[in-house]
Amino acid sequence: MKTNNVILRAVVKLVVFIILTLAVYLFLSGHHSPGGGFIGGLVVAAALVLLFVSFDIETVRGAIPFDFKKVAALGAFISVTTGFGSLLFGEPFLSQTFAYFDLPFFGETELTTVTIFEAGVALVVVGVVVTIILSIVEDV
Amino acid sequence: MYTVNLAIIIPFLAAMIVPIIYKRIKGIHVGWFVFLVSTALFLYLVSYIPNIASGETYLYTFEWIPSYNINFITYLDGLSLIFALLITGIGSLVTIYSIYYLSSEENLSHFYTYLLLFMGAMLGVVFSDNIMVLYVFWELTSISSFLLIAFWYHRKSSRDGAQKSLLITISGGFGMLVGFIMLYVMTGTMSIREMITTISGFHDHPLFIPAMLLILLGAFTKSAQYPFHIWLPTAMEAPTPVSAYLHSATMVKAGIYLVARFTPVFGGELTWFWVVTIVGIITLFWGSFNAIRQTDLKALLAYSTISQLGMIMSMIGISSVALRHGHSMNMVIYTQAAFAAIFHLINHSTFKGALFMVVGIVDHELGTRDIRRLGGLATLMPITFTISIIGSFSMAGLPPFNGFLSKEMFFTSILSVRELHFTSEVWMGLIPVVAWAASILTFVYCMIFVFKTFLGKYQEEKLEHPAHEAPFGMLFSPIVLGLFVILIFFFPNVLGNYVIKPAMYSIFPQLGAEDLGQHVSAWHGFNLELKMTIGVIVFGAFLFIFLRHWKGLYNWILPEKLSFNALYGNSLELIEKVSKIITNSYMTGHLRDYMVYIYIFFIIAVGGTLLNTKAFLFDIEQYSTVTEFEWLITIAMIIAAISMLLVKSRLTAILLNSVLGYGVSIFFVIFRAPDLALTQTVIETVTTVLFLAAYYFLPEWKKEDSKKRSKIVNGIVSVAVGVIFTTIALAVQNGKLFESISSFYENAYELAGATNIVNAILGDFRAFDTMLEVVVLLIAGLGVYTFIKLKARKGDNPLEDK
Repeated sequence: MKTNNVILRAVVKLVVFIILTLAVYLFLSGHHSPGGGFIGGLVVAAALVLLFVSFDIETVRGAIPFDFKKVAALGAFISVTTGFGSLLFGEPFLSQTFAYFDLPFFGETELTTVTIFEAGVALVVVGVVVTIILSIVEDV
Repeated sequence: MYTVNLAIIIPFLAAMIVPIIYKRIKGIHVGWFVFLVSTALFLYLVSYIPNIASGETYLYTFEWIPSYNINFITYLDGLSLIFALLITGIGSLVTIYSIYYLSSEENLSHFYTYLLLFMGAMLGVVFSDNIMVLYVFWELTSISSFLLIAFWYHRKSSRDGAQKSLLITISGGFGMLVGFIMLYVMTGTMSIREMITTISGFHDHPLFIPAMLLILLGAFTKSAQYPFHIWLPTAMEAPTPVSAYLHSATMVKAGIYLVARFTPVFGGELTWFWVVTIVGIITLFWGSFNAIRQTDLKALLAYSTISQLGMIMSMIGISSVALRHGHSMNMVIYTQAAFAAIFHLINHSTFKGALFMVVGIVDHELGTRDIRRLGGLATLMPITFTISIIGSFSMAGLPPFNGFLSKEMFFTSILSVRELHFTSEVWMGLIPVVAWAASILTFVYCMIFVFKTFLGKYQEEKLEHPAHEAPFGMLFSPIVLGLFVILIFFFPNVLGNYVIKPAMYSIFPQLGAEDLGQHVSAWHGFNLELKMTIGVIVFGAFLFIFLRHWKGLYNWILPEKLSFNALYGNSLELIEKVSKIITNSYMTGHLRDYMVYIYIFFIIAVGGTLLNTKAFLFDIEQYSTVTEFEWLITIAMIIAAISMLLVKSRLTAILLNSVLGYGVSIFFVIFRAPDLALTQTVIETVTTVLFLAAYYFLPEWKKEDSKKRSKIVNGIVSVAVGVIFTTIALAVQNGKLFESISSFYENAYELAGATNIVNAILGDFRAFDTMLEVVVLLIAGLGVYTFIKLKARKGDNPLEDK
C-alpha cells in the first residue's frame, strides 16, 4: 500500500503558522502570564519537528536553512552576554531592569531586559531540541 | 573609572578577536596585532611609574558577587606594577620574536589566542586583591600554559610535558585554594590588604600554619621549586617564544609574586622563614647541579631557571625575618634581601629571556640544539654570539652586567643569615656555603652554554642546515634585552628608586618608608662578597676545564630510576591502573546497573532525610478531598502504568508512557498551574517524537532473561522508590523540612515589573541558575551531536597512538 500524506501536509502547512504565532504569543506574554522563553522555544521546536515529520528533512532544510547548532550557540551567547550588560552600569552581574514606554500603535508598553535574556533561552531550546532529534534521525 | 580592571580584560577581549583577524586579514601577520595590544598595555602601565614611585597606590573595586564577598578588586602598587611591566614588556618582545620564529603554516590563531589568554590571566594574578579572583586567574595561567606547551600536540612528548605541568601546577593550586579558604575562615575577609591589617591577631590560630604551608605549596609548584621542579624541563617541549615568556620570565615567577605578596601576612613566623629559605637554597643548588649534565641547550636553561628561581625564593625567605618581633631597627637590614630578590627577578627576566631567544635562533637556523652537535658558531653568528655572551656572563655574575650586582647582593643577604641565631651556628653557617657552591656550578653551566655552542670545532655534517646569522626580526628582541642587561649595570639606581623601592613598601607595609630601599653600587670595596665572586670564577673555571673528568659522577650519584621523574612516572601509571580497576568495577555498560545506582542513591539520600527529620509524618485529614474527575484520571494513569509492564510491543509502551505524561499535565490544569501544564504538554510531545526517532535503533522488545537475584533487587528498588516518592508528594505540604520561600518573591511586580512570579524568578531573581542551565543544555545538545556524528568509524586510527 502506498502511503499518502496529502491531507497531513496540507493541514501542517496551515497549522505550523498557528503554532508559531502561539509561540510568539507565549514568549511575549511570559512576563505577566504563563509563557516565557523556555516554553516559547519548545513550541517553536515542536512546530519545526512537526514539519520534519510530515515533510522530509531535505525539503525542510531547504526552506529553513539554519544550522541549529549555531542557533543554540547564539542563544547561549546572548544569555551570557546580557549578564555582562549590567556590569556597564555598575550593577552586579545579570541584574535585569524594566521601564514603561509610550510606543506608537502599542500604547504604553513595558520593555524589559529579561526579554533579551529569555530570547537567548528560547534560541538554545530550539537549537538543542532540533539538533538532537535531527542527529538521531539522520544517523541511519 | 576601572582602568586597571580594564587592563586585565583587554587581553581577553583581544584573544577573542584574534581568530577573526587571522581569518579576515591576510596581508598583515596577526602577531602585530598582539604586539600592539601588549605594547599599548606596557606603555599605559609605564605611565603609572612616577605616581607609584611617590608612594601612591590605586584601588578599584568592582562588585561582582557581593553576596559571597567575591569582588573584582584590583590593587596597583609597586609590587604588582613590576610584574605587570615584565608581563607586558617581555610579552611585546616575545611577540615580535615569535612572528619570525613560527612558520606561517602553524596554527597561528591558536597560538596568539593562548598567548593573550595567558597575558590576561597573568595580569589578573598580579592585580587581584580578592583571593578567590586571584585563584581563578592563577589556574587560568596553568591552563594557558598547558595549551601552549601542547601547541605541537601531534608530538607525544609535547602532550606528556603539558600533562605533567598541568597535573603538578593544578594540584599545587588546589592546595593553595584550600589555604585561601582557611585564611578566609580565620580572618573573615577575602581581601589581601585587609588580611595584612588583621592577621596579627591570628598567629596562634590552629589553621595558621596549615594555611601557610598550603599556600606555599601552590607557590612552589608554580615556581618549580624542589621537589616540584620536574615539570619545567619537560615543559621545554613548547615553542621557544613560549619558553622564553612563560617558563622563564613570567609565569614561573607567579609563585615568587605570591610569596612576596603574602610576606606581610606570614612573614616573621619562623616556619615561613625556614620553609621558604631552605626550599629556595635546595632548589638553587639542585637546579645548577643538574644543569651541567644537560646536553640539550633548552634543558640546560630550564634547570638554570629552576636554580635562579630558588635563589630569588631564598632571598625572599630571608627578608621575612625583618618582620619578626614587631619591627626592631636592627632587623631592618634584612629587608635588603627582598630588594635583592626583586632586583634579581628583573635581571633574570632580561638575561634569561635573551638566552632563550638565542637558543631559539640556534634551533631555528641549525635544526638542532644538542650541545654535542654544536660548536664553532662564533664567527658564523657573531650577533647571536655577542648576545649569548652578555646573557650568560650576566647569569654567571660577572661585571659589567646586571647579574653581577644582584649576585653580590645575594651574597650579602645570604651572609647576613649567619647573624641569626635560630639554631646551631653550624647549620646557619652551612646556608652560605651551599649557596656559594651553587654559584660555582652556575658559573660552570654558563661557560658550557657559551663555549660549547660558539667556540670549538664547527661540525657542519652534524647539522640539518649550515650555520648563518638569523634575520633581524629574530635578533631584535634579544638585542633589546641584552641592552637592558648592560644598562641596568650602569644605572641600577634608576630602577632601584623608581620601581623596586615602591615594591618594598608593598612587601613591608609595617615598616616606615625611610628604612626601605637602598643604593646599589658596582664597587663596594674589597669585601667578603667580592672575594666570594672571585672564588666562584677561579673554582668555576677549574671545574669547567676539567669537566669531562668528573662528569661521569652524575650517573653514579643520580641514576635515572631513583629520580623524581621516575617517581612521577610510576605514580601516574599506578594511579591510572588503580582508577581503571575501580572504574571498571562499577561501569558495567549495563543500563540496568546504572539505573540501580541512581535509584539506590535516591533511596538513601532522600529516604534517609525523610526518616531522619521525621518529615514523613503527615496528616491526610487536612488535605482537600479527591473529586470524581480526579479519580477518573488517576485510575486511567494507573491502568496505563500497569499495562505498560504487560504489553508485547515497544510502540504501545511508548504511547502508554505518554498517557502518563499527558495525565500529569491534566492534573496541572486542574490544580491551576497553567504554565506547568503548558511545559509538560510540549515536553511530552517532543519526547514522544524523540522516542519514535530513536525507535529505529532499539533492539527487539523481548522478555528479559535476567537472574532471579537481580529481579528481586529490581523489585525492591522500584517499590522503595515509589513509596518514597509518594511520601514526599504527600508530605511536602507539612512544611517541616524547609521554610516557605515564597515570601521572598512576593513583591515581584515592584522589583522586576513582572506579575508572573515564576518567570520573574527564572529570569531575574535567580537568573544565574537559568543562565547556567542554558549553557548546560547547549553542552548536552552538542554532546549528543558529537557522539552521533563524529564517532570513530571502523578502521579509523586512533590519534593518541601517533
